[in-house]
Amino acid sequence: MSIAHYACGSQDHGLNRRRFLRQSLSGVAAGGAIAGGLGTLTHGAAADQLKSQDMRVVVFNMHGGLSQLESWDPKPGTKTGGPCRAIPTSVPGIHISDLLPYTAKQMHHLCLMRGVNTAEDDHGKGAYLMLTGRRQSAAAEYPQIGAVAARMLNDESRGLPGHIVVTPGGGGGKGNEAAYLGPKYSSISLGGSKPPPNTTKPDAINDEAEARRHEMRRHVNQEFLSRRRTAITDAYTHSYEQALRLMERKDVFDISKESTKDQERYGNHDFGRQCLMARRLLENGVSFVQVTHSNYDTHNENFIFHIEQLGEFDQSFATFVADLADRGLLEKTLVVVLSEFGRTPNINLYYGRDHWSKAWSVLMAGGKMARGAAFGKTNDEGTEVVDGQVDHGALFHTYLRAVGVDSSQTIAVDGRQLPIADPAAAPVWKVLT
Amino acid sequence: MNSTIDITKTHVAYEWKHDRPLIACRMSPDGLQAASSSEDSSLQLWTVPTGQKKVLAGHESWVHALSYSNDSQQLISGGCDGRLIWWSAKEETPGIVRKIDAHTGWIRGVAISPDNTTLASVGNDKIVRLWSFATGEKICELPGHDRHIYSVLFHPSGTQLVTGDLLGKIHVWNLADRKLERTIEATPLYAENKGQNAEYGGVRAMALNIERGELIAGGTHKATNPFGAVHEPLVLRINWADGVLKKSHSCEGIPGGLVWRVQWLKDGTAVGVSGGSTGGILLFFHDALEKEMHRFKLPTLARDMDIHLESNLVATAHYDNHLRISGMFAKA
Repeated sequence: MSIAHYACGSQDHGLNRRRFLRQSLSGVAAGGAIAGGLGTLTHGAAADQLKSQDMRVVVFNMHGGLSQLESWDPKPGTKTGGPCRAIPTSVPGIHISDLLPYTAKQMHHLCLMRGVNTAEDDHGKGAYLMLTGRRQSAAAEYPQIGAVAARMLNDESRGLPGHIVVTPGGGGGKGNEAAYLGPKYSSISLGGSKPPPNTTKPDAINDEAEARRHEMRRHVNQEFLSRRRTAITDAYTHSYEQALRLMERKDVFDISKESTKDQERYGNHDFGRQCLMARRLLENGVSFVQVTHSNYDTHNENFIFHIEQLGEFDQSFATFVADLADRGLLEKTLVVVLSEFGRTPNINLYYGRDHWSKAWSVLMAGGKMARGAAFGKTNDEGTEVVDGQVDHGALFHTYLRAVGVDSSQTIAVDGRQLPIADPAAAPVWKVLT
Repeated sequence: MNSTIDITKTHVAYEWKHDRPLIACRMSPDGLQAASSSEDSSLQLWTVPTGQKKVLAGHESWVHALSYSNDSQQLISGGCDGRLIWWSAKEETPGIVRKIDAHTGWIRGVAISPDNTTLASVGNDKIVRLWSFATGEKICELPGHDRHIYSVLFHPSGTQLVTGDLLGKIHVWNLADRKLERTIEATPLYAENKGQNAEYGGVRAMALNIERGELIAGGTHKATNPFGAVHEPLVLRINWADGVLKKSHSCEGIPGGLVWRVQWLKDGTAVGVSGGSTGGILLFFHDALEKEMHRFKLPTLARDMDIHLESNLVATAHYDNHLRISGMFAKA
């Protein structure tokens, strides 16, 4: 890969049209040329090797703040335990909430992080730090794990985007998720289990006309790029080329191609279909998928809402994990179940739980994560971490290490070396194999 | 004690404290005992009026459903552990008469037939179950609800069972052939919030008055933010014969309010108890008025109530650990 220089003094000003088109239309070369303008790994060979390992990440974002007490760290029979009980799992000695009976049977694949303390009870700030590994500040923007995964792991020769966010309504993905990595690594947002919109060529346009249209676009692009190339123009160019490749591979987004039996196994609801979509995307080599499950911000009637929400989550998620394991994909896929924070041990007057970031849980699985483990411990009433405390910075390093990325390395962006994870934090080595 | 009813003179007569927040309560038909459940999963039996407390342990989770047998001798509890327990409530040392695993998931309501032969239970598994009160043997299951079932009552004739669910559907079951006879729509009590991917509300409480030919159903409405407790209490007055909504009793100024239970007074006044950020409130409704005719503000947030019609006492279960007994009459 080469380092590009923009607008003034760019080395790529000499890129001729023929070479540009050849690279744009030829998979890896095109990806490398465009990516090169957005900063590169310090060690390009290492990056290529990493991509060849074909690792992936899937994040389940339990929007609103999943209660750790009704999921991964139940405290039955205590002042804070609430009405839900603990059930044994497939790993002797590890119990989780009785709201997750299917997931309990997959515990031998999973790793619970029960000592999370992020000290941030605000939704937006909590989400930011869990997805970027850094505390939000006005001084700097940091890329989310999805953008970093796309940057580090995605094999663009597959013709698929590296960063996909699946939400019930198709929202999200509009912020500055990629920060200094550039907009190329921002997410493509899918609404539920539907493919990206506008990926079918209108009938009125035949193939020849379509080809001429794109040749014209590329020509004009090239004229413009030769004078005023920036990360934004690269991103526009990339978007068009990516859209073209998406149109060729739109079947990847069509879960009706999955068997009826599989569709039933995942559940006849939005989240079940999103999990099946996630499996399909990962199987096709998409490097990062985020599935949002909403909503867990249960200040009121926490228990009945967790019964409803986790009742939907449990079977679909457990089926997803089991399928990844059965298909050998779990070795190559890090699974993370996170929220912006947990919920208060104290039960409020509305049978609700409020925001609580001092002692909560994150679930991880796959890749290089330990299997069938519970790391960290909270006290009897779940109010404090008493062992194995970790924060967002440590978790972010651990995400990357779990998929073989050296989280201490830097990325060169416009001549600056930027650490991909907070240098003040370190991975949780004890949960990595 | 002066027990001539005067709801405008309602006052707290007794308050008894437990160790943890209370959830549900009932008064025995003879008026000599009150039962409550709490967040420590225990039950408490309170002697009226001394307040002597006995604590019963048997459930592995919270208890939302309580009912006394018609002779006051036994208390039935239905827990979030899915268990029904028969308790010998009036013995010196109350104990478990019978314990059965009755439902998958939470039990939300229990009712005993007028002839004391049948126990009905409902819960989150969406199935109505009938049990022999004397033996605990299951009589039958009545599937037909599509969501959690919150409330259950027997028709005074014993020939029908009425059950209400999250969707605001009230099923009337014919107990002779054990078939669904009709469904009454109480949909104003139901809310779907697509942004939060949540369904909320439902028929949290019901009471039937055959003399008046009216069913009242309590819950909540205006649930614009269910997760944030942004909703208001609502009681529906429904014509029993044809299921037509006669009146919606909405109550202003009770943010976060939800009617946990409704009952009838002898004079045909409907009563509901609401919790909410403004505390616990007893609401009294007249059929001529949309708003409540009277409200009595309890000292703290309440989660359940039970009226003893003979003594005009009302028990309320409170978040601040207290069981309170209020008199709906002037202080002596």
